[in-house]
Amino acid sequence: MPLVDTALAWRDNLGTIGARSGFCRSNYRAIPGLYGVGQPGPDSPVLVTANYKLSFDALRRQLPGIDAWILVVDTRGINVWCAAGKKTFSTAEVAYQVKISRLAEIVRHRQLILPQLAAVGVAAGRLRKACGFDGVFGPIRAQDLPAYLHRGRQADETMRTVTFGAGERAVLIPVEICLLWKPFLAATVVLVLISGIGPDIYSLSAAGVRGIQAITASLLAVLAGAVLTPLLLPWIPGRQFWLKGALVGGLTAMAALLPTTWAADLPAATALVLWAASVASYLAMNFTGSTPYTSLSGVGLEMRRGLVFQLGGTTLALGLWIWSAFA
Amino acid sequence: MKDFRYIDGAAILRLDRETCIGCGNCVTVCPHRIFRLEEHKAAIVDPDGCMECGACATNCPVEAIFVNPDDGCGCAALIINRWLSRITGKSVSGCNC
Repeated sequence: MPLVDTALAWRDNLGTIGARSGFCRSNYRAIPGLYGVGQPGPDSPVLVTANYKLSFDALRRQLPGIDAWILVVDTRGINVWCAAGKKTFSTAEVAYQVKISRLAEIVRHRQLILPQLAAVGVAAGRLRKACGFDGVFGPIRAQDLPAYLHRGRQADETMRTVTFGAGERAVLIPVEICLLWKPFLAATVVLVLISGIGPDIYSLSAAGVRGIQAITASLLAVLAGAVLTPLLLPWIPGRQFWLKGALVGGLTAMAALLPTTWAADLPAATALVLWAASVASYLAMNFTGSTPYTSLSGVGLEMRRGLVFQLGGTTLALGLWIWSAFA
Repeated sequence: MKDFRYIDGAAILRLDRETCIGCGNCVTVCPHRIFRLEEHKAAIVDPDGCMECGACATNCPVEAIFVNPDDGCGCAALIINRWLSRITGKSVSGCNC
């Protein structure tokens, strides 16, 4: 039986940076099957988790001094909650791993401790029939497992409630930004191209000077939508994300442009503010996919309004931008 | 989650109290703690706290709970792809999550 360390090695931490930044992010998998931590015996608890690197690491690093089995199920390298949502972390998959790891021959008891968030895909009550083991839901966060085990496998309300604190929001920022480089590059090409249009039909120097202004506005939009909105989420007024993003994007661009472009060229400044507000609005709206409290129905609802604002705002901004070169 | 509230009245969640046997599975699994047992039956005490994850419905032994059955992952890129696929008739290519 492979034994795993409860401390992360430098290679594990390097992998964490990779996974968090989105570098080959679909490729961080642990091999499914049974592992041990400490010196597990026939009466040690069996903890079930996904085969995503960050899930597996989050679990094992909480277990120093604990003898336990870790049953890693094949979720195609996706974390517990998302995999349960996609039904790859399912009753059938847990039962399958129990059987092929021959868990019944290794432990005397018949209980699996599942992460609470796996409940989206795993019907604990159906496990006994499927594999002979009972499933109980442990805490949401691996960090609560030692306390949970210590208290006779009782989870309190705090352990069962999902949170979205500043730190939990901050770790999501790098991947939001790193996944943006392709659309950002495409937008940059378009912006530089149209920035050259003007009274001289096409001016390369205008493409350079005004192009840089437009790219700066795009960068401010990314800062507003993908960094500031997640960080300041609870304090930004409004509940709909497209509104929060538009607000932060517009204000950020206004503040940055205020000392220079604003006074000199009103149409151009308005175009840049509109552009930043629209892009930030979209990025903030897309962040709903990373939060643990936005319902799909709600996201669909706000997208119908958000997309109108974003498409309208972008069109208006580009039109104004070209027009401002002639004004 | 009391410090983060989303759009009121949006989530699709229904509980059939007639069918409910009061096992309490929904109370256990809900990550937003919106269920409570009242008179040996489940009750929804905070419907606007629901994020439609579907854990309660999956773990209800008598199918007394209905949650919006569309796939749980709700990023805008996936929803746009899904809307586009309805127009073009192509299958959803997914987003990146």
